[in-house]
Amino acid sequence: MTSWSDPAIWGIIAALGIGTYAIRFSFLGLLGDRAFPDWVLRHLRYTAVTILPALITPMVLWPEATSGQTDPARLAAAVAALAGGYLARNAIVAILCGMATLYLVQFAVG
Amino acid sequence: MAISTPKSAYLKGVTGAVPFLLVVVPFGMLFGVVGTEAGLNLAQVMGFTTLVIAGAAQFTAIQLMVDEAPTIVVIVSALAVNLRMAMYAAALAPYLGRAPLWQRAMIAYLNVDQTYALSHQEYEDRPGMPVPARVAFFVGCATPILPIWILATYVGAVLGAAIPPEYALDFAVPITFIALVAPGLRTIAHVAAALTSILLALSLGWIPHNLWILVAALGGMMVGAEIERRAAS
Repeated sequence: MTSWSDPAIWGIIAALGIGTYAIRFSFLGLLGDRAFPDWVLRHLRYTAVTILPALITPMVLWPEATSGQTDPARLAAAVAALAGGYLARNAIVAILCGMATLYLVQFAVG
Repeated sequence: MAISTPKSAYLKGVTGAVPFLLVVVPFGMLFGVVGTEAGLNLAQVMGFTTLVIAGAAQFTAIQLMVDEAPTIVVIVSALAVNLRMAMYAAALAPYLGRAPLWQRAMIAYLNVDQTYALSHQEYEDRPGMPVPARVAFFVGCATPILPIWILATYVGAVLGAAIPPEYALDFAVPITFIALVAPGLRTIAHVAAALTSILLALSLGWIPHNLWILVAALGGMMVGAEIERRAAS
């Protein structure tokens, strides 16, 4: 990450800090206890389950650490994390399943 | 049970939040490790974690910075991850909208996934709760969560410098994202939204400056919202 200067990094931190606060304050601060249109809430409900998968998919299929070559260990780890997190409904279980699978397959293929 | 006083509501919030530390501590530490390995110094890692206080958005920003995405794409994508908090704010407004402005401004800073989820549940379960008690409950939830989140990040950042590359921690970021998404795939609409987003991400990768992320997410959100609307009508 050598191309980022200190002021650029602090600029990003400040923009995200202010922007995130504005989002958190938004309806609570400005709207008070007035009602809010359903269709907007309906869309906002799906932000987390859409933007993160879009970001992850290329990272899983073409990892940078293997110069973009699909890696069986990382692919298996992603599937294990998804299955573990979905079935257990728990983020920590997902991380444990994923990292354990990654190390096991790397060790087995070694 | 007697009418809840602010003090009893505060203590109930504290005890309700303690189990969530099991999630907060590892995520905080992981951000410290990943941020340090990506090349941020300690002050910058701590700046992220105290000013943004949103793990998923922080990981998103770091990843896009490592990918050398343009500044504006880093900012917009990470903020898009946080848009769910606009939904939290809207959901809290009917319960806290009558609190004084300074209290609402404080709660906005403390409004993270865990404090929101606990408080909203409590307000729904106890419709008669007075507004000061609601505020006290929220602050109670934040009392263990936020300081421990910041401390865990610090520990991770200090330890991170000492972890050798063989541990494949490059892959901790995708694993963490999957961990954040998988438990949230509650309905067909959520699953369809996620699948749409993945397919769009794979087919739109040619759009420059990582903007395909936002286009794919927007497409997924529209599919999710539409399925929900049809299921409801």
